[in-house]
Amino acid sequence: MNRRDFLHLLAAGAASGMPLDATSAQTKKFYDLPRFGNVHLMHFTDCHAQLLPIYFREPSVNLGIGDMADRAPHLVGEALLKRFGMQASSREAHAFTYLNFERAARTYGKVGGFAHLATLVKQLRATRPGALLLDGGDTWQGSGTALWTQGQDMVDACALLGVDVMTGHWEFTLGAERVQKIVNNDFKGRIDFVAQNIKTADFGDPVFPPFVIRSMNGVSVAIIGQAFPYTPIANPRYFVAEWNFGIQEEALQTVVNAARAQGAQAVVLLSHNGMDVDRKLASRVRGIDVILGGHTHDGVPAPIRVKNAGGQTLVTNAGSNGKFLAVLDMDVRNGAVLDFRYKLLPVFSNLIAPDPAMQQLIDRVRAPYAKQLAEPLATTETLLYRRGNFNGTFDQLILDGLMAEKNAPIAFSPGFRWGTSLLPGQAILREHLMDQTAITYPHTTVTEMTGETIKTILEDVCDNLFNPDPYYQQGGDMVRVGGLQYTCDPSGRNGQRILDLRLGDKPLQADKRYRVAGWAPVSETARDQPTEPIWDLMERYLRARKTIQPMTLNLPQLKHMQNNPGRGTD
Amino acid sequence: MNPMRRTVLKSTGSAGLLALLATAGFLRPSDVLANGWNKIAFDSKTMAETLKALGASTPASSDAIQLRAPDIAENGAVVPIAVDSKLPGTQSIAVLIDKNPQPLAASFELPSGTEGTVTTRVKMGQTSDVYALVRADGKFYMVKKEIKVTLGGCGG
Repeated sequence: MNRRDFLHLLAAGAASGMPLDATSAQTKKFYDLPRFGNVHLMHFTDCHAQLLPIYFREPSVNLGIGDMADRAPHLVGEALLKRFGMQASSREAHAFTYLNFERAARTYGKVGGFAHLATLVKQLRATRPGALLLDGGDTWQGSGTALWTQGQDMVDACALLGVDVMTGHWEFTLGAERVQKIVNNDFKGRIDFVAQNIKTADFGDPVFPPFVIRSMNGVSVAIIGQAFPYTPIANPRYFVAEWNFGIQEEALQTVVNAARAQGAQAVVLLSHNGMDVDRKLASRVRGIDVILGGHTHDGVPAPIRVKNAGGQTLVTNAGSNGKFLAVLDMDVRNGAVLDFRYKLLPVFSNLIAPDPAMQQLIDRVRAPYAKQLAEPLATTETLLYRRGNFNGTFDQLILDGLMAEKNAPIAFSPGFRWGTSLLPGQAILREHLMDQTAITYPHTTVTEMTGETIKTILEDVCDNLFNPDPYYQQGGDMVRVGGLQYTCDPSGRNGQRILDLRLGDKPLQADKRYRVAGWAPVSETARDQPTEPIWDLMERYLRARKTIQPMTLNLPQLKHMQNNPGRGTD
Repeated sequence: MNPMRRTVLKSTGSAGLLALLATAGFLRPSDVLANGWNKIAFDSKTMAETLKALGASTPASSDAIQLRAPDIAENGAVVPIAVDSKLPGTQSIAVLIDKNPQPLAASFELPSGTEGTVTTRVKMGQTSDVYALVRADGKFYMVKKEIKVTLGGCGG
């Protein structure tokens, strides 16, 4: 397909989708990216198995603490627009911020979808000989079909999309055996799965190749893989019991040096560290030209330049849920990046015609489950979303469901950053519920906890989010809390961030026991004695509620965060 | 699995083998001590008491000592720790964990001429500063690193 054909397709897509502001000229401009340089990389990450176009609301709260305050990715809303020179109320402003979300979503339509992504990838490949497509991971988890096919729908879709190199995180929650089966069979000879920081627990031998060297336009480029360092901590360790992870900075330096010694003229780290970890890593490891990052789901419009002893490293983060495709063009001469162009392209489904082959594949993999997925459970009259440091409306719904169905005054729900958004008036289908809950350890729990234990848990998770040293962060959001009120001081020290815990009008008592409902337990005991999965509980709850009215989010009072540009206005 | 490495381990000198055995739990660190088990040091309940019992009340810091350990432990029950001392005349290396009930987790005596590298696995009940204490030419040096032990879950 040449560029003219592609633009024609775009125009056709625009015509059929009828976006309000898109004349074909505007459409052309939006995706017309002139080629630059001799090294071309396309990058998507954290799509969380979203094969179809969806809505996804960016966070209104994404606080940065200490050195991380007032810098990407901890900028939301107007602060983000201002920092990156984007126009308010524009199409791009809608892609990168939560501002006027409902109205803008109705104007600009859904985002992502693998068939739309495939069209975009084909066009970019047509103008960029040798271009590589890199998948940062969190690809095989996040939907009903990915769970029910053990990731096979995504594996097939990625092979058709033409992914060249991949690393992972949630992939490992399918179990080490399943991951290795895919890598050694489906991926063999097509997709390189790389991870320099996964070693066997016994002898420290590499489990996957640490990097791969690919050549394009006469330039050798090394792609090093960095899987999520805290997989065995943030997710159940039993899925990867024989493997060690970690950031492994020294090992990475050795790998970078080895790649250079083998002739790599440009070195890229395909990372699932999260952006704060990547920024610190970039300041300490020499010889990496660019870190293409994910995990923290930050749609960051431009790369951040980080200085280090070897020069500088560009650090990016490419959003989530299939909403963005990053394009990096570099001019590499004699082992040095002379100049570059970077664009994080939002994938607006109404502006792009779906690729017929990919659409066919999607239809085929969904067909056996079509009836289950389309089952309506309730209707929402309010915007449902998850992303944000402390709570989201869909999480509040889950907390309310847990407390009601488990007869517990308190509920916890994990601070996952995946999960799509629904607009007021939309039916909540079983598919949407699975988009929020589809994991391989979905069990619901009721635990008697003392007030002291509750505080310990909240402090522990809060430190994973707000530790001033990013190497001690795990990259999720704060555990969502139902029933219980508290004050949070993100700038406090570990153990001193959670204050003034109250249940109703009474202070939480340290030695009193409370019933706490939850889900997604990481222990082997929970695996061996499985309880009702969260989607069954929520299905029952949603069917009984029928209509979801606007709700009040249970949010902590924040201390010392008045002027933090990671805190939005609504 | 790397068969060559097995062979190398077999032919490593006695100190390396002793360290390996200590890691594997075949030897208590005390068995390696020439002067026997320092009961007072291993039973001490605080960092200050432990250092005193080891005769190292005010150790100096040193950038010739490297303490290698994860930032966040994958499993608090077996946290891998490695200490490299480039200090000339390194005689002993100890690992101390501030928040453990008894801070002294391991102590290695190194015969003269031994490379100053030990690895071991320690148990940690909670997030703590971990210290590597090195005696070289009769003087004590110490470095520290925080290792976080977290409840897990709630990630990503």
